[in-house]
Amino acid sequence: MSIAETDLRAALARRGVSRRQLVKFCSAMLATLALPDRYLPQAVAAVTQAKKPVLVWLQFQDCTGCSESMLRSSHPEIADIVLDLFSWEYHELIMAGAGSHAVTALDRVVKEEKGNYIVVVEGGIPTADDGVYCTIGGHTAMEIADQVCRNAAATIAVGACAADGGFMRAHPNPTGSLGVQEAVPGIKIINMNGCAHNPANTAAVLVHYLTFHDMPAVDQYNRPLFAYGRIIHDQCERRAHYDAGRFVTEWGDDGHRKGWCLYKMGCKGPAATFNCPDVQWNDHTSWPIGAGHGCIACASPRFWDHMSPFYDRLPSVPGFGVETTAGNLGLGLVAATVAGVTAHGLIKLIKPAPKPPSEAPAPNETTVEV
Amino acid sequence: MARLVIDPVTRIEGHLRIEAQLDGGKVSDAWSSGTMFRGMEIVLRDRDPREAWIWAQRICGVCTVVHALASVRAVENALGIDVPENARLVRNLLAGSQMVQDHVIHFYHLHALDWVDVASALKADPVKTSSIAQSISDYEKSSATYFRGIQQRVKMVVDSGQLSLFASGYWGHPAYQLPPEMNLLAVAHYLEALNFQKDFIRIHAALGGKNPHPQTFLVGGMSTAMDPNEPFAVINPERITFLQGLIKTARRFVEQVYIPDVLAVAPFYKDWFSRGEGLGNFLSYGDYAAANGDDPSTFLFPRGIVLNRDLTTVYPVDPAKITESVSHSWYEYSSGDANGRHPAEGETNPKYSGPKPPFGFLDVDKKYSWVKSPRYDGKPMEVGPLARMIVGYAAGQKDIRAAVDGVLKKLNAPASVLYSTLGRLAARAVESHLMATQLQVWLDQLSTNLDHGNVKIFNPVHWDPGTWPAKASGFGWHEAPRGSLGHWIEIGSGTIKNYQAVVPTTWNAGPRDSQGQRGAYEASLAATPVADPARPLEILRTIHSFDPCLACAVHVIDAQGREYTLPMVR
Repeated sequence: MSIAETDLRAALARRGVSRRQLVKFCSAMLATLALPDRYLPQAVAAVTQAKKPVLVWLQFQDCTGCSESMLRSSHPEIADIVLDLFSWEYHELIMAGAGSHAVTALDRVVKEEKGNYIVVVEGGIPTADDGVYCTIGGHTAMEIADQVCRNAAATIAVGACAADGGFMRAHPNPTGSLGVQEAVPGIKIINMNGCAHNPANTAAVLVHYLTFHDMPAVDQYNRPLFAYGRIIHDQCERRAHYDAGRFVTEWGDDGHRKGWCLYKMGCKGPAATFNCPDVQWNDHTSWPIGAGHGCIACASPRFWDHMSPFYDRLPSVPGFGVETTAGNLGLGLVAATVAGVTAHGLIKLIKPAPKPPSEAPAPNETTVEV
Repeated sequence: MARLVIDPVTRIEGHLRIEAQLDGGKVSDAWSSGTMFRGMEIVLRDRDPREAWIWAQRICGVCTVVHALASVRAVENALGIDVPENARLVRNLLAGSQMVQDHVIHFYHLHALDWVDVASALKADPVKTSSIAQSISDYEKSSATYFRGIQQRVKMVVDSGQLSLFASGYWGHPAYQLPPEMNLLAVAHYLEALNFQKDFIRIHAALGGKNPHPQTFLVGGMSTAMDPNEPFAVINPERITFLQGLIKTARRFVEQVYIPDVLAVAPFYKDWFSRGEGLGNFLSYGDYAAANGDDPSTFLFPRGIVLNRDLTTVYPVDPAKITESVSHSWYEYSSGDANGRHPAEGETNPKYSGPKPPFGFLDVDKKYSWVKSPRYDGKPMEVGPLARMIVGYAAGQKDIRAAVDGVLKKLNAPASVLYSTLGRLAARAVESHLMATQLQVWLDQLSTNLDHGNVKIFNPVHWDPGTWPAKASGFGWHEAPRGSLGHWIEIGSGTIKNYQAVVPTTWNAGPRDSQGQRGAYEASLAATPVADPARPLEILRTIHSFDPCLACAVHVIDAQGREYTLPMVR
């Protein structure tokens, strides 16, 4: 038995799981990431490392919907994420301690885990009037974000608010709200747009980080390509109806009952990229178009202003400025948003961003029988 | 005398700060402050009223659904739209399942750690835990092996030295009184409830497309098209079967896990049946009429007011008597801050006048919160599950009477114990059971309509803004999980001219008013013992018993005199 094998057995014992359970669990994680089985040893090693990576979750101008969304994660389940995969040391919604105990927990991470922890941010950051519109423990969101994000290994901005200021940022933006990447420029960040973020995607990013110690490849808005690289309209279960010219024209009409296309009811699917039709919500139960309502493009940058009025047909949405059909609009956006990426090449995109050899992680020598 | 600050108050929604004056180991005075402001109402101005619900729902993602519902009700009230019965039923199923979901998450994930010492669970004998579990419930997961597995999992987390969410807890605090075996039982159910909430809420995905923030409301109905013969209809027989399974699961979880746990934990904390009462005034707008038409006499949760604990009189609710004071909130009224204003004429200019951050203490003699202070006829009110159960009990609603009496009998306690921290927990559990039962009734009605070919889900009469009057105003009320919620809207020339929301946590968490009357949180903390000011567990118990939701509470604004137009792109 090799030393690596002994370590693995010790790690398994520590987790109280059988080898079979562990391999099953890691296979499921790889499936979430659409990665082939050859990454299994790496995934197993990641999950069984002696020290769990430290994560803190900050909430600023938020509705806590993104925290709630995270609680709904099914693969892996939230208890596995917060207890077994990460050491989840600060999260106001669910952490045990309050007040000074909470503040101390966050301070400890920033000082003692400097450069090694992950920070998830939920909510926008108000910058008007010296940041008085959001304080925690007497400190402004700006001050806390700056300190915690700058000392982290990476920042994950979950939801529309953390990505770009969300509805607070909508005209006239009374509190000067910004997303994290604008409020704290220059940090390493990945944006998980959506209102709320989809926990299936965020869990995949967390597992990716765990496995490869890096974030997946992103688009120009810093959104991971595996989740935001494809037009909703192209993946939509109602697309055939669009192509055949079968549209819902009044809520509850014959076409609505038959599941026809919602484009004429204001659906923004042709202008939005997201894997919503594919991963869906709440353990793949449904998604807004599946439930009969148009898409509001909640995973698109600044969607509150750019994609409303939500019941107007797309070409009349201010911002596009040209008379065009939904189909053409979709094609135009493909070119603009994910230039050079073929719509069906998604699986290739999940690989970690290429690195120079000097920075690549050391090859993992653990072997696992599958 | 020492001033204690708890900021952030965790295991709540949003940003709450409590400052408390301690005198002789007890709270002698307290101040509640909301420390975050977003400005939803400013942002809503001049937008399409038909999409107001999409925006307003984002007031809160914990009490998701409830603001969407209040918003469409407000617009429908303003424009005179009656929604079809099926739309009412689907809305009830969404809101009712939200209530059950919210209460379960509150008890296990937001409140339990105030009563349950996780570290103590390691000392438990799983065999004894198993026999306790089997003595209080028929829930299937009750073997010693199961509890040993849970204990092992906790031990591994502790042994790793990385305690994650539990690292900051108050373990070993003298106020924890459960034996180790009960603590183990509760920790097991904390994990079970995590599983339950993610599974049960698929009811929102089925009827709302997703959770949080379901996306199927419409002014005039719902987008969940129904058809008994169409496989692609959102509601068809297959989906009814799916919903049926989820509702059964919820009822089982509430009956076999949640209620038995509340009843088993409460006797160890009898002191808390006489602590934490607060105002003694209770308000419920009431909700869930038996049929279309919204007749209050048929409400599942009756409408009314109970004053000074007096259960003999239920006063009617007059919408005109609601006002909001800003004398201690960071806003200004053009008419001066001495008098409150009715939400329909709501006017607020945000004007921060607190200390410059970073700060140590708030100046509580002046303005100290982003939350306003709603008053009914000048009086502060508590809203929420306890208010609903008390108003319902006093009004003689027979299901509420039977359920409350049943719980009191099991606890061998008089009705007066309801006016307390634990009373709020008990009320929430009772209400969850009533609602889990009611969900079945609504699903059966929906299913019957589907079978009979009654598939009307939308009333198109006023979808076209061309049919609207030049000016209209209205309001929409809802009994949300945390209490009485109201949205007020003014529509002019087809767009939103004014939007105001007075929400449950505004009632409960608001600061003092111009008369110096305390809000519900502030009043409830009077005389709370604090054994260790560095670990103010006792204060958290009472504050958490209200299930605070601060994002809801702070959002209100209508900046008069400022002109807003839709941005031209943008």
